[in-house]
Amino acid sequence: MIVLVSLLVALMLAAALAALFFRDLLSAVIASCLVSLIASILFLFLQAPDVAMAEASIGAALLTAVFIIAIRRTGRYEE
Amino acid sequence: MSFLESNVYYMGALGLVLVGLLVILVRHNLIKMIIGLSIMDTGVNLFLVAVGYSRGGTAPIFSRAASDPAAMVDPVPQALVLTAIVIGVAVLALALAMAVRLHGHHGTLDMRKIRELRW
Amino acid sequence: MRALVALAVLAVIATGLVLALSDIPFGAPDSRVGPHYNRSGREDTGAVNMVTSVVVGYRAFDTLGEITVLFVAAVGLGALLHRTSRPGGGDDREPASMVLTTGCRYLFPLILLFGTYIFMHGHLTPGGGFQGGAVIASAFLLVYLGCRGRRIGRGWASSVESLGGLVFVGLGLAGLAAAGHWFLSAFLPKGTPHQLFSAGIIPLIYVAVGLKVGVELTGVIDRLMEDTQ
Repeated sequence: MIVLVSLLVALMLAAALAALFFRDLLSAVIASCLVSLIASILFLFLQAPDVAMAEASIGAALLTAVFIIAIRRTGRYEE
Repeated sequence: MSFLESNVYYMGALGLVLVGLLVILVRHNLIKMIIGLSIMDTGVNLFLVAVGYSRGGTAPIFSRAASDPAAMVDPVPQALVLTAIVIGVAVLALALAMAVRLHGHHGTLDMRKIRELRW
Repeated sequence: MRALVALAVLAVIATGLVLALSDIPFGAPDSRVGPHYNRSGREDTGAVNMVTSVVVGYRAFDTLGEITVLFVAAVGLGALLHRTSRPGGGDDREPASMVLTTGCRYLFPLILLFGTYIFMHGHLTPGGGFQGGAVIASAFLLVYLGCRGRRIGRGWASSVESLGGLVFVGLGLAGLAAAGHWFLSAFLPKGTPHQLFSAGIIPLIYVAVGLKVGVELTGVIDRLMEDTQ
């Protein structure tokens, strides 16, 4: 159990670092969506199903959609 | 192994806050900075829920299976984080609308070039 | 150079945070408010989900503040991205295929039903107004992405949103007038636990909040998407 949680936390931190290093803004947004999704799974391990549902629906789905629409209206690559 | 078991959630939340802060400090594109803000937000929420956890606890919902209130985790940090997630998304959407308007006005989102604060 | 300064600042902040965190033991909270809400939540509010009883029962005033913040953010976004007339047509890409539009059209009422189920059962199962509202907004997002060119009506959306907020405040004032000397007191009967019609005003508040948040988030996406189609 603790091995699974440690692997998930390591993957979450790796995705956050990937969001730092990607120059393509679309890839950075997908990496931050992965951070939100793994945080939602960790909320479930911390016995908080309400918060997991809120993070998965609002943080991972709607926030990513809003980011992608905003990137479409401005530039895709970081200059 | 015991150190890892008792601290892995705190290390994850702290790491997310630090990586988000690093993104804001080092990158120049406004939308990249807003992505860093969103990562910091997720880290703080994870930390708040991890503080309310008690070992061997169950989710704070009475059902046919679990009906012992003494074995449940604390519901107050979960209510706090529910509010915080929704407000975080609203504020980030407003920040993105401001970024879209800035791009329409200046033609670029590089913060080194948008420095015309006149007084 | 800038990266080195940033890393030095982060090292200082990290040291401070680690020193602060080492005093908080993991897994053994010593709060007394939480266990009190767990013990007496079922009798005081009638809800079975303790997080719902905290959000809408004991701390309902904070939830009123939260939906006010959401409303102000949505209004601010509407004011920033305001256009006097919608840009018409001009879509010279090929239209979406019939499989896509038919699939989106048939999935839309099912996702709406799922979101409605989530906020109606907020006092019985994990869920509630905010999660259900977000699922409703995802249903509208699916229609925006799949069947291009279909939009929500602006006047209808803003009246549902205002009605949701008014119902919340109205229930609070009714509690003030009817039962006691404080705002948002539970003046409807609590019923038996585990039933759908129980827990006083909590299901009514969550229906109002769910519809309000769903239509609000849809309006946010609609304003942002205006220029690209």
